[in-house]
Amino acid sequence: MPIKQKIVAIMIAVSIFIVILELVRKRKLREEYSWLWLLTGTILIILTVWYDLLVQITRFIGAALPTSTIFLFAIIFLMLVCIQFSVKISTLTNQLKDLTQELALLKAAMPSEEKKDFFNN
Amino acid sequence: MRSDTLIIIPAFNEENKIRQVIHSAKQLYPEIDIAVINDGSSDATAKLAEKAGAVVLSHSFNMGYGVSLQTGYKYAVLRGYRYVVQMDGDGQHDPAGIKTLLDILKNNAADIVLGSRFLGHNDYSTSIYRLTGIRLFRLVLKLLSGSDIKDVTTGFQAMNRKVLNVFVTDLFPCDYPDADVILMLSRLGFTIKEAPVTMYPNNEGKSMHGNPLNAVYYIFKMVLSMFLTKMRKY
Repeated sequence: MPIKQKIVAIMIAVSIFIVILELVRKRKLREEYSWLWLLTGTILIILTVWYDLLVQITRFIGAALPTSTIFLFAIIFLMLVCIQFSVKISTLTNQLKDLTQELALLKAAMPSEEKKDFFNN
Repeated sequence: MRSDTLIIIPAFNEENKIRQVIHSAKQLYPEIDIAVINDGSSDATAKLAEKAGAVVLSHSFNMGYGVSLQTGYKYAVLRGYRYVVQMDGDGQHDPAGIKTLLDILKNNAADIVLGSRFLGHNDYSTSIYRLTGIRLFRLVLKLLSGSDIKDVTTGFQAMNRKVLNVFVTDLFPCDYPDADVILMLSRLGFTIKEAPVTMYPNNEGKSMHGNPLNAVYYIFKMVLSMFLTKMRKY
């Protein structure tokens, strides 16, 4: 792999690392969503630095260029992240549904005067 | 003495119809309690329903028909009702059908009774698209359970406490519940019966399925859900 590509790939991987860790440090990103990014950044660096491994994998999957292998891994990673999000969204949707229902039932049990103090409807 | 039966009516922006729906039900069955589930309406549905004498359960936002039904079920179980009748808030279901459904239910002839527009006499002809969808689900249901139910997407139903206890759990599919619910009940061993009821066309042309894309998703979801329901362990 040309040296320029290697440098770019490593720079991207390191940037991802730094950004993700910073977001977690600042508590803007939960750890449960960070690990997949950190794992991918790690794999990206390993594959870039350990060229022989990259070539072996390239041969194994039948790709023409090592660069293709890196792109493939990037795509797989994005798919995994999306699956993680879909699962989490499903959980949140269920929780939101349960909360909305509980709230509706609670509101119905409140006397009207109290209700006016708490709610708009 | 409080009623052992509750009528639940999910409603989303039905200020034009809801009073009439409640009044006509109350006229025929003054002894039955009515709960309207206000699914995040932006109009006067909640206020009008309350004035008409119904208990109103209000969602903070629009959650959909299936969630609204489940809120009604949860309320019924909370308050100890033995029987629940569900009907639409847009006046499509003739309240005279409530007696038909409850008679079968209270005689223990079934755990759930589905009000069918195809068994009785109806002026109301379903659109070709809906009919195709219904026929498809009917076929899949027959294939997967041997059931001969004709109106597999009816929202006019009556059920007993045993069914309610299942519907208040996560087993109930809140995303467009229809034929897949019938399949699930059949797998759980409940007795399902169909009875003729009268339905009227929706004049305002509103459909809960909205645009054609939603309709496509609905068909996909129903078929997928039925096959998965068949595969699940109950």
